[in-house]
Amino acid sequence: MPDNSIGREIPSEILAQFSRNMFAGAYVNTPHVRQDKGNRTLPRLNKLVDNLEQVIVKTGLKDGMTISFHHHFRDGDKVVNLVMEAISQMGIKNLTVAASSLSAVHSPMVKHITDKTVSRIFTSGLRGELADAISNGIMDNPVLIHSHGGRARAIESGQIQIDVAFLGVPSCDVYGNANGYTGRSACGSLGYAKVDAGHARKTVLLTDNLVEYPNTPFSIHQDEVDYIVVVDEVGNPEGIGTGATRLTKNPKDILIGSLAAKVIACSGYFEDGFSFQTGSGGASLIATNFIRDYMLAQNIKAAWALGGITGQMVALHEEGLIKRLLDVQSFDREAIRSIGENRYHTEIDASYYANPLNKGCAVNKINVVVLSALEIDTDFNVNVLTGSDGVLRGASGGHCDTAVGAGLTVVVAPLIRGRSATVLERVQTVITPGATVDVLVTDRGVAVNPRRPRVEEQLRKNRIPIIPIAELQQKAERMVGKPEPVQYEKKIVAVVEYRDGTIMDVVRQVRIQ
Amino acid sequence: MMSENRLRRTMLYVPGNNAGMIRDAAIYQSDSIMFDLEDSVSYREKDAARLLVYYSLRTLDFEGIETVVRINGLDTPYGREDIKAMVKARPFAIRLPKTETAQDVLDVETLIAAEEQKNGIPIGTTRMMAAIESPLGVLNAYAIATSSKRLIGIAIGAEDYVTSMKTSRSPDGVELMFARGMLVTAARAAGIGAFDTVYSDLNNEEGLRKEVELIKQLGFDGKSIISPRQIAIVHDVFNPTPKQIANAKMVLQAIEEAKAKGSGVIALNGKMIDKPIVDRAMHTLDLAIASGLIEDARTAMEVSNAR
Amino acid sequence: MEGMKILDTGIAGTLESSDVMITIKKHSGVEIELNSIVEKQFGRQIREVVRQVLEQLGVKDALVVVQDKGALECVLRARLITAVYRSAGLAEVQWEVFA
Repeated sequence: MPDNSIGREIPSEILAQFSRNMFAGAYVNTPHVRQDKGNRTLPRLNKLVDNLEQVIVKTGLKDGMTISFHHHFRDGDKVVNLVMEAISQMGIKNLTVAASSLSAVHSPMVKHITDKTVSRIFTSGLRGELADAISNGIMDNPVLIHSHGGRARAIESGQIQIDVAFLGVPSCDVYGNANGYTGRSACGSLGYAKVDAGHARKTVLLTDNLVEYPNTPFSIHQDEVDYIVVVDEVGNPEGIGTGATRLTKNPKDILIGSLAAKVIACSGYFEDGFSFQTGSGGASLIATNFIRDYMLAQNIKAAWALGGITGQMVALHEEGLIKRLLDVQSFDREAIRSIGENRYHTEIDASYYANPLNKGCAVNKINVVVLSALEIDTDFNVNVLTGSDGVLRGASGGHCDTAVGAGLTVVVAPLIRGRSATVLERVQTVITPGATVDVLVTDRGVAVNPRRPRVEEQLRKNRIPIIPIAELQQKAERMVGKPEPVQYEKKIVAVVEYRDGTIMDVVRQVRIQ
Repeated sequence: MMSENRLRRTMLYVPGNNAGMIRDAAIYQSDSIMFDLEDSVSYREKDAARLLVYYSLRTLDFEGIETVVRINGLDTPYGREDIKAMVKARPFAIRLPKTETAQDVLDVETLIAAEEQKNGIPIGTTRMMAAIESPLGVLNAYAIATSSKRLIGIAIGAEDYVTSMKTSRSPDGVELMFARGMLVTAARAAGIGAFDTVYSDLNNEEGLRKEVELIKQLGFDGKSIISPRQIAIVHDVFNPTPKQIANAKMVLQAIEEAKAKGSGVIALNGKMIDKPIVDRAMHTLDLAIASGLIEDARTAMEVSNAR
Repeated sequence: MEGMKILDTGIAGTLESSDVMITIKKHSGVEIELNSIVEKQFGRQIREVVRQVLEQLGVKDALVVVQDKGALECVLRARLITAVYRSAGLAEVQWEVFA
């Protein structure tokens, strides 16, 4: 009969029966347990690593692996460029970058693609120089464009396996408890980052704000974190909470927003206890204010709102008009403040928000959503990814997730922008299938998807003039003229994945004329 | 669509050299759009604005909304060119600035008629509006209002007027009381429209509402506005109340009944209804239909039948 | 009509969204330099309109620089004619020429 390390007799058949090993000592099998019990002068146990280079070495990052980032800092993000520069300096090649989204600040990525540090990109969106370069065919492999829900699904199902997640956090303690609403780089919800932290093989937090342990309440948990690096700044506050969500004074946006609110109020979906989401973008944002007017006039309260939370939503919440906020991404300063202060402004992760294959995501239960569009075709298919010139300049985001989930999906857009028609016979790229879009509100008329006759009837009953979407398309064409089709090369530069993982569309390289 | 009797509660100013604003002018559903070649266009851009408004009027669809062009005065180097271009561009009406005498109207009318003839446009097609912006103009209001059959209305422009009066604008508008009273009376005496001046403090919605309530009570048909944001408030003030609409409908019904009986006497609740009451009821229903408060095609039809 | 002569550089329009800025310079023959945010979709049509308007005005020698911010065709015509008149030093437009 063998004894274990403390002299207790353990029969071998028991070990076999339970498939267990013999106890070998209190500190042997648990590497994170400190070995220095009782020694108060030793440094406190922590996961701090001196610098990025060291942490990259410690994670075991190798050629061909997958790294991930979140986009909660939006145009103020410093993390992606910082980490990519360090990785590139170390000569690691052929990486897959699985970012929840990339924006205009990430133009240095072009260089990392050219020097082969990066060979694949998965993202929700692309903008600026990086988007231009990719549209012009700089990558050998097409970029994979996914929705927020689709990305969560891919990560949870193992379709995307993240080797190392590099996650910037506005505050963090030495053991890896992090939240998004304290610190100079506060960004509010860390909803996209939470998915990565939970599923990456190694999780590295970067912060510019190390706080006392334990950093409660926390969004990212210590048990998911491997290493922590303190850097000068993870985000630029100017870029985090501004721009995208400033309330418009543009009369056209106000017109469209007020019409959208009227459509919602008359749609039959506007009742006490309803739920809604309004996206960023001028008309969609201001629609929230007009919805408020109808709520006050008809004594209606929303049970909850989802998002993409904005200051407008927060104002309604604090006024008691929206009881609860579910927040996967906080769009502006007010939302960031609120998620830290308000008991019923709740952070949710991207899977809870929109993963179509988990046991129930929030978009499934939303009543009304207001979404923007770059283009929409006469079959109601929506493009939010490529411009009228075929160049990448947008993001899939939660567009197709919320469109399919909502009882009433309202798309808002001006009929034309400059000389580009928004309503077309055929959009450049489909992100959201027309079957999931119900109403189009433009500055020159409202169209209802023929699949939704009862919505149309309801709106007509409330004296909202409805015109067929084909007429809107013709109206737009009469104004701008008939454009020549954009010329593409054969090469595919991006692949659009629907939220369920199937391929919805491809984007081709634009032809230089 | 363009008629004498249509509502003109809001006349939206659109700077004549702004391509984007001209393109979008129709989407806000003001009752009229006024493309401006005068004060909103600098001297160096008069030629550009004239051509831009010309081609826009010739090409764009303003969705049936009445179009008006404010031209430069004949005392400027631009007025005659403006008339040449605009008669050809065919807005519903041409608006004269700074009208002081009936002769001012007649001078422009002569030029308009000549251009109409030259371009094979039936004489009289181009309607006119006159803006009165000076003490002399105010005193001549009736003469101006009756000077031409082309006139659809007169408007007051307050800024120059109050300066000439050695005063300035105030929230309650006491300095404009005489001018407004004179203008609206002259317009009514001449049987044409009366339009109030702009309210320039865009962010003061309460102030705008008060001013619109005042001019509506004085009898004005509407107001020039400087931003689409002002449309809803002005229309709202001019909207009849549900009670007024219900009353007007009853008057209408009484007319129908009287007609059916072949009776010349119209009575409602045992009281005789005379013409002013009928006219007021019609106006109320016009307003209600225009603002979508009643969309009932039947009512609309009855209104036109009862006329 | 009598052909118009480009005597001086003429500029019309703005670089605001939905507008176009036209610069006309002395040149031998007609040359168009186009820079448009909708070049791929409307470049050919824009050039065509420019040529057509120049022909209508009888302009045979001009360098036309078009900086287009998404102007509708009616705006393009208006700006181009303004620029031509300015560069020809003429104040009075011959309205009978235009449709």
